[in-house]
Amino acid sequence: MATIAASAAAPLERQPTDWASPEMQGRIAARYRAERNFRRLGAGALMVAAGFLAFLLFTIVRDGWTGFLRTEARVEVMFDAATLGVDPAALRGPGAQAVLARADYVALMDKAALQLGPASDMLSDAAWLALRDRLVADPTLIGRTETLWVPVRSSIDLLAKGKYDLDAPADSRGVTDREVSDWRWLDSQGRLRTVFNQAFIGNADSTEPELAGIGGAALGSLFTLFVTIAIAFPLGVFSAAWLEEFAPRGRLADIIELSINNLAAVPSIIFGLLGLAFFLNYAGLPRSSPLVGGITLALMIMPVIVIAARVAIQAVPPSIRDAALGIGASPIQVVFQHVVPLALPGIMTGTIIGISRALGETAPLLLIGMRAFVTDTPQGLTAPATVLPMQVFLWSDDVQRGFVEKTSAAIMVLLFILILMNSVAIYLRNRFERRW
Amino acid sequence: MTLLIALLLVIGLAGFAYLAARARAGKMIVAAAGRFGAVHSRPVYHGAYVAVLALAPALIVLAGWSLVGERWIEQQVVGALPAAEQPVDKLDRAALMNEVRGLVAGDLPQAFNPVAPKLAPVYAAAVANGDLLAGALAVALLCGGGLWGYGRIRPDFRARTAVESQVQAVLLLASVVAILTTFGIVLSLIFESIRFFGMVSPVEFLIGLQWSPQTALRADQVGSTGSFGAVPLFWGTIFIGAIIAMLVAIPLGLLSAIYLTQYAAPSLRRWMKPVLELLAGVPTVVYGFFAALTVAPLVRQLAVAVGMSDASSDSALAAGLVMGIMIIPFVSSMADDSLTAVPRAMRDGSLAMGATMSETVKKVMVPAALPGIVGGVLLAVSRAIGETMIVVMAAGLAANLTANPFSSVTTVTTQIVALLTGDQEFDSAKTLSAFALGLVLFCMTLVLNIYALAVVKRYREAYE
Repeated sequence: MATIAASAAAPLERQPTDWASPEMQGRIAARYRAERNFRRLGAGALMVAAGFLAFLLFTIVRDGWTGFLRTEARVEVMFDAATLGVDPAALRGPGAQAVLARADYVALMDKAALQLGPASDMLSDAAWLALRDRLVADPTLIGRTETLWVPVRSSIDLLAKGKYDLDAPADSRGVTDREVSDWRWLDSQGRLRTVFNQAFIGNADSTEPELAGIGGAALGSLFTLFVTIAIAFPLGVFSAAWLEEFAPRGRLADIIELSINNLAAVPSIIFGLLGLAFFLNYAGLPRSSPLVGGITLALMIMPVIVIAARVAIQAVPPSIRDAALGIGASPIQVVFQHVVPLALPGIMTGTIIGISRALGETAPLLLIGMRAFVTDTPQGLTAPATVLPMQVFLWSDDVQRGFVEKTSAAIMVLLFILILMNSVAIYLRNRFERRW
Repeated sequence: MTLLIALLLVIGLAGFAYLAARARAGKMIVAAAGRFGAVHSRPVYHGAYVAVLALAPALIVLAGWSLVGERWIEQQVVGALPAAEQPVDKLDRAALMNEVRGLVAGDLPQAFNPVAPKLAPVYAAAVANGDLLAGALAVALLCGGGLWGYGRIRPDFRARTAVESQVQAVLLLASVVAILTTFGIVLSLIFESIRFFGMVSPVEFLIGLQWSPQTALRADQVGSTGSFGAVPLFWGTIFIGAIIAMLVAIPLGLLSAIYLTQYAAPSLRRWMKPVLELLAGVPTVVYGFFAALTVAPLVRQLAVAVGMSDASSDSALAAGLVMGIMIIPFVSSMADDSLTAVPRAMRDGSLAMGATMSETVKKVMVPAALPGIVGGVLLAVSRAIGETMIVVMAAGLAANLTANPFSSVTTVTTQIVALLTGDQEFDSAKTLSAFALGLVLFCMTLVLNIYALAVVKRYREAYE
């Protein structure tokens, strides 16, 4: 009481603030300056993040778009029966295909390559495959001459695409003078052309960059994701339905919920350790197979689906359940004929996001051996296979220069599929999700 | 092969049981001439009930056989040998069985082991007998279950209730998979780690400063023991994931979130949020490739420019920078949520007192949202230390204990991958140490997550 009286009695020492004084004006200006700077800082942070993404995409596309092209050389091939080592008479019999499959195309290719003069060894090691495919398609070519385009070595391919800095000193540019002169010669003869690289889309992995493709890895991804979806989707939807609609409040439901939340945060590589220790070493499932990869990824993305499905099921209003129960539906009928169908857009969105995570995942698959070098398209769920991101990883490790553009091109394909999947998820969410 | 035929047969028979039971129930309804309530369940439920009764035991038998069958066959085959010729240890046994299998399948033209050709017919016979036995048992159970169920079809039998409790059991089983997975992870990590700690003391593992897991093939070789002090790995993980990456991610993520929630026009916000989410959606192998091919040379050039001649081409800085960019969306989305959850009255009150927006953000919003932001940062850290591909591709393998961002360090995840890919003998300390590292990683992320979620939850409750 006394202090209040004292302060009231004391004369006012502070003058009213003089807002027009230069000092106050300066302070206000400083505060507004700080405001502007802070705002710019925020915008700058956003620009850095977006700029980094743009830079990433730019470098990938810059390095990768040529991966979809390949350089081919023109050769005139005389399909000479003697060089091929086939008996023309046998070609008319019933075993003609078998005879053609055994023919010596390498010798024929070597002979045909002589017309390339100094650059005769600049054709791809597997150029003869083009001859075989042509002859098997049309056996009447025997004894005739045909103009064919065959793939060239990776170094010539990269030279034609301008990937080497030819002004650099010879020892640091990564390509020999001979290769450069051979390329100039071939180019001056008009024997080179650059076309769309079908081998990149269709082939599996190879030690030669000009023959390596993502076809095998893409099929492996498809097989793996098939297993993943077949396991994770029903498990996820069923768990979500049980937790939301049937679970009695109690310890069991709590433990399940805790497990799911923890699994969602476990690093992906731990699932790889589980796959290695349990599925491979204990259960003895086949190594490197889409089956084991798919199961491992399914366990990894199941929590994502469960969490999304629970949110979607929660969003279905209770009146729907009450109405269905009211006209005599049993609880199971309510859930499977009303609640889940209404929640399906949300469930699908979560599932697609989970699958796109599984599609981009590499680490757990490394541990279960899906880094195997597979030169053939996978034969089934238990055969060794590789997947798209793993192909990216394997190629990025390769020292051959030709694989750099292949890696970036494979990344472009992977990112395209992922963006497509996410767009579908966003579309589904906007188009079908109902606000009640 | 026989097993596949048995499986198809079982499924076919179950389908037949379904149709038969449904037809019988349909007849009952006709017989009841449409009297309401005379037949409790619709024919499909009767059909489904009988089909499940028939199918479930048969499938359990077939699944059980495919799990334990191989071991039973192995016993049969090895038991056929005279005791003197039987393989002594597990490895010999597995090798012998592989040869026998190869011979039977025709993959192996000739066996190295002299007894293998003798065993091939025994193996083939055991497989055929076993498959036949299991198939026959499955079909017998199927017929038994189906007939019993078929006999129970009566107008007043509550087939729908029965089917629904079966469905509920399936739902419960699906939910239990999550627990089983958690247990599977914990058990496989602990089990293998215990074997590792039988060879290497846990104290050395947790506080040792020397990491060189190479064990020599022969015991008398120099440096054959290998040392398993994991501190350099823990430091490398924290240095890249929790220090460098967070120095990038926290300011950028937090400032982005502040700008998007407080300053940006709604249209910009609508566009920029998906762009940030895209950063989180890019596969980590792509970041790894980018870090190794584009960022690492730049960082090395920078290091050489500031006068470090021994700068490493797989520096901690390159991996950490790229990882930080990857983590931005995690920090920013959590910060975004927390900032939006701050009651509007607090923000409006501050603005009404004359504070500028930046003063409001710094003195009111961020302090109020701090627990949520900290929780988000902790989640981001746990995500960063478990991240694998970026560090595998961009960070090194040398276990250095250094705070120089331009030198090479290695992380727990890099080492797990390095130890478990390539040639591996499953019983060596080198391979098993990967599981011990995995266990440490699992515990670290678990603790971080539980703590972060608790922080976020408490904060949510404070404002609700």
